[in-house]
Amino acid sequence: MENRKIIIDPVTRIEGHAKITIDLDENGKVEDAKIHVTQYRGFEKFCEGRIYTEMPAITARTCGICPVSHVIASTKAIDKILCITPPQAGINIRKIINLAQIVQSHALNFFHLSSPDFIYGFDAPKEDRNIFKMMQTHPQMARDGINLRAFGQKIIEELAGKRIHPTGIVAGGVEHKIEQSQKEAILSQIPDMMKIAQGALEFFKTNLHKFQKEIDSFASFPSLFMALTNENRTLEHYDGALCFMDSEGNILKDKINPQDYREFIGEAVEEDSYLKSPYYKPLGYENGMYRVGALARLNIAKTCGTPLADEELKKFKALGGGKPVLNSFYYHYARLIEIIYAIEKIEELLNADETMNENVKVTSKISNLRGVGCSEAPRGTLFHDYQVTKDGIITAVNLIIATGNNNLAMNAGVKQTALAFVDSKNITDGALNRVEAVIRCFDPCLSCSTHALGIVSSKIEVRDHNKKVIQVIDRN
Amino acid sequence: MKKIRLATLWLDGCSGCHMSILDMDEKLIEIAPFIDVVYSPYVDTKEFPKDVDLTIVEGALSTDHDIAMIKKIRENSKLMLALGDCAITGNVSAMKNLFGSDVVLERGYLDLADINESKEYPSKIVPKLLDKVLPLHEVVHVDYFLPGCPTPSDAIYEMLKALIEGREINIHSLTRFGK
Ligand code: SF4
Repeated sequence: MENRKIIIDPVTRIEGHAKITIDLDENGKVEDAKIHVTQYRGFEKFCEGRIYTEMPAITARTCGICPVSHVIASTKAIDKILCITPPQAGINIRKIINLAQIVQSHALNFFHLSSPDFIYGFDAPKEDRNIFKMMQTHPQMARDGINLRAFGQKIIEELAGKRIHPTGIVAGGVEHKIEQSQKEAILSQIPDMMKIAQGALEFFKTNLHKFQKEIDSFASFPSLFMALTNENRTLEHYDGALCFMDSEGNILKDKINPQDYREFIGEAVEEDSYLKSPYYKPLGYENGMYRVGALARLNIAKTCGTPLADEELKKFKALGGGKPVLNSFYYHYARLIEIIYAIEKIEELLNADETMNENVKVTSKISNLRGVGCSEAPRGTLFHDYQVTKDGIITAVNLIIATGNNNLAMNAGVKQTALAFVDSKNITDGALNRVEAVIRCFDPCLSCSTHALGIVSSKIEVRDHNKKVIQVIDRN
Repeated sequence: MKKIRLATLWLDGCSGCHMSILDMDEKLIEIAPFIDVVYSPYVDTKEFPKDVDLTIVEGALSTDHDIAMIKKIRENSKLMLALGDCAITGNVSAMKNLFGSDVVLERGYLDLADINESKEYPSKIVPKLLDKVLPLHEVVHVDYFLPGCPTPSDAIYEMLKALIEGREINIHSLTRFGK
């Protein structure tokens, strides 16, 4: 038999489309598998020549799921250029908005995109694997997911003006102070939201035993981890310094000022994907694979710093037996803990006197000609790096997007899962669903960096090494 | 009232317009019984079905595959709705038109790369970028335009409800460009 290729296109229930190819060897065994991100949007070029004040509004449009992360990284880069630090109330309000986004984005991944696999199983008929089916069979769970996501979205709308592409986060702080009535309205929802979050975590944990094979093979391997963290290594999403940890739990390098990220992160280009592959420079492209996002953050953090999340973190850490948790399936677990953390933290920040201060913004003139803004997006560490003229015209932009950081690990994971589940003599929908589900663990946001889509086809093309289609498998 | 066979398609946009669909919150549950989502990033169908009543499109056209795909989808859709400013005007997705694809690719994959062995931009398996990003109506007939960045979720809700109930609706009162 000749070498063959299986193509899954488009990948669904992820935020952005991608294409997967699975290469078979002469004996029909899986030889390689890759994810291809198939579109490129070019923000790094077309922002050149814009005035710096436009950057938050333009770069928000890289992604409609995590626009807040882009606006925050963007305004932080501009803060550096203006050489200013927002007043504490401004910082706290930015943090609340950022946490609200973590809640909505993690809720979206869990309830709207991934939970159909947990409820119905990876081998369920594909017509059933979606939120609309869930509304029929598990109406309360669907409603809970919608409400939890709405809780996050409404906070963003209240405090930053708009749910998607909010305008209220600006250089030097935020536009508006928090009103007492807003504070009370948010606080009043917290008990219900916490109940939903805890319920989801409970549901996940009680169903975990059904997925042992997936846990073992969904991108379960040693890699480095990167996240922002603060001095005591408590969980951090807004500020802090970069930290790299290895798969044994050793700190390779910490206290890295995000302004110096280029010394530690390199970017490689592959000819068959528009998504570049960042790697940890000191170890080189081959060995420098790292993971970011909720799993990386919880591996690196010693504590969350809030009581309920810390209780869960302890149980989570036990999975690794004192070492980092290496199974990407547990990204789902980590995100659920982060939702609990975010709800607790929103409450804590809202109750801090300083947050209610009227002074929420400072202004200044350009003092530095370069600034790097870095924050933890739901999916991992995000960098915005701008250079400007002294008149404020952007001359160079580099963006490293959260999902991109995971590119090498996602590829390794797709291959591992294909090896474990794809049998070329009997290619089942369930096996291919799992190959997609491993990507869903990382919750990739491909629209961010590139946004992807492929040829619309449910067909899996089996191709020989000359790319000639020799067999077509229809997933309908 | 008949069930609408609905497809949603995500081209070169930021997904914000698709998120705005979800921002209907509980109203999504309210209209769910009246729609059948037959194709969408939210469901697992891989092939565009036949006889779709309404296809909602987010984003502009920016690759050779987009063009081929949208023509095929238009043939199988009774109505097509351009959702958001990217689909309608190109918006942010078309900002790279100021430079052209080659210059934009060069910046991303040559200037801003530490390792690029082939010294070329990605071209295997991935589709080719058009030199100019196009709004939807330049390539296919569009029945409805619902602007906004993103289109406000209320506008999407009112529009869907009107279609479900089979009545006319004045969308100009619901939204505007850039909102
Ligand atoms: S119109 Fe705005 S929200 Fe919609 S896809 Fe385009 S950039 Fe995103």
